[in-house]
Amino acid sequence: MKCFEFMGKEIFARFGIPVPRGRMVLTPEDAAQAAAEIGKPVVIKSQVLSGKRGKAGGIKFADTPEEAAQAAAEVLSMTVQGLPVRRVLVEEKLKIDAELYVAITIDGAAKAPVVIASAKGGMDIEEQDEADIVKTHLDVFLGLPAFLARDVARKIGLRGNLAKEFSDILSKMYCILNHKDAELVEINPLVVSGDHLIAADAKLTIDDSALYRQKDIPFVDEDMTEVEKMAKAAGVGSFVELGGDIAIMANGAGITMGTLDMIQLFGGRPANFMDAGGGTGVEGTAKAISILLAQNPKVIFINIFGGITRCDDVANALAQVKRDMGIPVPVVVRMVGTNEEAGVRILKEVGIDAYRDMKTAAQMAVALAKRGEGA
Amino acid sequence: MAILVNAASNVLIQGITGKQGSFHFKQMRAFGTNVVAGVAPGKGGNLFEGVPLYETVQEACEHHRIDATVLFIPAAFCKDAALEAIEAGIKVIVIITEHIPVQDELIIVNRAKLKEAVIIGPNTFGMASWKCKLGILPNVAFSPGPVGVVARSGTLTYEIVGSLTNVGIGQTSVVGLGGDRVPGSSFVDMLKRFEVDPDTKCVVLVGEIGGNAEEEAAEFIKTMSKPVVAYLAGKSAPPGKRMGHAGAIIERGKGTYEGKVKALTAAGAQVATFPYEVVEKVQTLLGRP
Repeated sequence: MKCFEFMGKEIFARFGIPVPRGRMVLTPEDAAQAAAEIGKPVVIKSQVLSGKRGKAGGIKFADTPEEAAQAAAEVLSMTVQGLPVRRVLVEEKLKIDAELYVAITIDGAAKAPVVIASAKGGMDIEEQDEADIVKTHLDVFLGLPAFLARDVARKIGLRGNLAKEFSDILSKMYCILNHKDAELVEINPLVVSGDHLIAADAKLTIDDSALYRQKDIPFVDEDMTEVEKMAKAAGVGSFVELGGDIAIMANGAGITMGTLDMIQLFGGRPANFMDAGGGTGVEGTAKAISILLAQNPKVIFINIFGGITRCDDVANALAQVKRDMGIPVPVVVRMVGTNEEAGVRILKEVGIDAYRDMKTAAQMAVALAKRGEGA
Repeated sequence: MAILVNAASNVLIQGITGKQGSFHFKQMRAFGTNVVAGVAPGKGGNLFEGVPLYETVQEACEHHRIDATVLFIPAAFCKDAALEAIEAGIKVIVIITEHIPVQDELIIVNRAKLKEAVIIGPNTFGMASWKCKLGILPNVAFSPGPVGVVARSGTLTYEIVGSLTNVGIGQTSVVGLGGDRVPGSSFVDMLKRFEVDPDTKCVVLVGEIGGNAEEEAAEFIKTMSKPVVAYLAGKSAPPGKRMGHAGAIIERGKGTYEGKVKALTAAGAQVATFPYEVVEKVQTLLGRP
C-alpha cells in the first residue's frame, strides 16, 4: 500500500526524521490559514499516489496566504497522472543548497534489505548513472548498525555535520522499514539546507500482507480504479483493471497471467487480471463474475484448471448469474479438472459451451470480441 | 530417484488438525507420503487419523527422524512455526501459506540459510516426488518419470505437469518456489539438484515477470549438461502492476518478460510461447512421439 506524502512525513516526524513545517489541507481557505501559520513563503504540493507531480504542474509556490489559497485552488482542481487531487500539503519553502537521494527497500533476490543512496537527488533514481549510486545490502540479524550508516554517508561524499545527520536519518529510516513493515522508505530529495538535512519528500510503501499489524496507518486505495475497489470490497482475491474488452477470470496468479498473454498473442485485449483464487465456492465466484460484467466487456473468458477449485462450483455460479442478472455478452469457458463433467453439464443447461483446450477457447474468445457479437 | 525428498522420507505436518492441514494431510497420505507425526499445540499426546500429535516440533523430533515438514499455519504465526522447524534441525521446510509479511520472510529465509535448511515457499503448492508429496499439488497431476519441474506459480504448474502426465511423460520431482517477493529457494538452487540427479533427463522451468530469478537461472543453465525448457508468464502485464503474486511486478524497468526470455534463450534454454508448447518441446527433447 502506497502512502500519501503527508502520511509518510507524519511517520517520519514520529521517528525523528526532520521534515518541513506544514500540514495537509482539503480547501483553499485552509491552505491560506496553514500558510499564515507558517508565516513564510510556502510550497503547495498535490497529494496523489504518483510520482512526477512537479512535471504535471502539481507543485506550486506561494509567498502570501492569498497566493497559497489561489495555488491550492488550482492544484485541487487538477488531475495528476489521471488521479484527481483531493488534498494538498502546505509546507514552508526550503532553502535548497543541494539534493541527495536515499532509500531502503527489500531486495528479494538477495533476501535482504538494501540501502540505495546518491549525492545526486531530485531526479528518478533509474535515470541516474550507476556510478553515482551507492548500494549496501543489510543483514537482517544485524539491521543497520550506526557504523554502516556512517559508511554510506562517507561513500556519497558527506563530511562533518551533514554526514552525522545523514547517518542518523538513515538509521531512523531503517527503524521505519522494520517497525512499520515498509517495503520502501524513500526520501527524494533529501535536501541540504545550510549545514542541515531535511526530508523534502517522503515515499512510503507498506507491505500489504502486514497491514493487519499496522492498524494505526490509515488505509489508502486512491490509486485503485472504481472496479478495482468493487473487486476488493467483494473479496475477489486479486484484480487489476487493464482497459481491454475481454473480461477474464482464472484461478491462480500464474495461469491468469498466462491466459492474458495468450489472449493478447491471439490479437485480443484483456480487460483485467483476475485471480479468483482456489476453492472460492459458488457465491464467491458469482461475485467475481459480477465484477467482470461491471467492466462492460464484449466477451467474458473463464479459464479454470480445477484443483481445489471445483468446476461445478464455477458452472453453478455462472448459471446463477445468468439466471438472476442475465449476461448480455458471450461467455467462453475453458474448464478441466475436479468435477469437470458436472461443470460442463451445468453450463450446457444454460447454453454455455465449455472447451477442454485452452488454445481453442482463447481463439474463440478473441474472435467473438472482434465480431462484437451480443448474446 | 528425485530431489530433496523421496518415498523413504519421514514427514511432519505443522498445523495438521486445522481445516487445510487435515484435508491436505489425507491427500498427502493418499499420494503415498510417509507422514509420521503432526504438531498441534494443546493436542499433544493424542492420535489424529492414526498419526501421533506433539506439542512442539522439538518434541516430534525427539520421537521420530523427521526429514521434512509442511506448514499449514496462518500467516501471522508462520514466522514462529518456521523458526521452530529450523531450530529443531529439520532440513526441508515447506511453507504453503500466502500473505506472510516480508519482514517475517526475511527472518525465516536468512535463519534457514545459516542453519542449512531448505525452505520451499512461502506461498507455494509445495513439492512432489514419487510417493512423497509435501503440499497441495493435486495428486492426479503427478506421475513418475524423467522430467524435473521447478516453478514460481501453482496452477500453471498443474496445467503443464498435467499435460506432461497426459502424454505419458512423468516427473522426477515437481517443485514450487512460490510467488512471494522473498522466496526461500531459487531456480538455481533446484537446477543444481536436478543437474546431479541421475534420473532427471530434462528440466522444465516455469517463471514469470518480476525479480531476476530467471536471469540468475540463465547464468546457471549455461553450465548445465541437461536441456531446459522454459515458459514465462506475464508478457502482457503493464509495468508497476502487481499481477496476483507479490513478486510478479515490473518495477523500475526491471523484471520484464523480454529481458528474461532473452537471458534464457542466450543460455540455450528453449522458451515456449504458450504453456501447451512446453509438452511438445519436452517430447522432442526426449525423443518421444
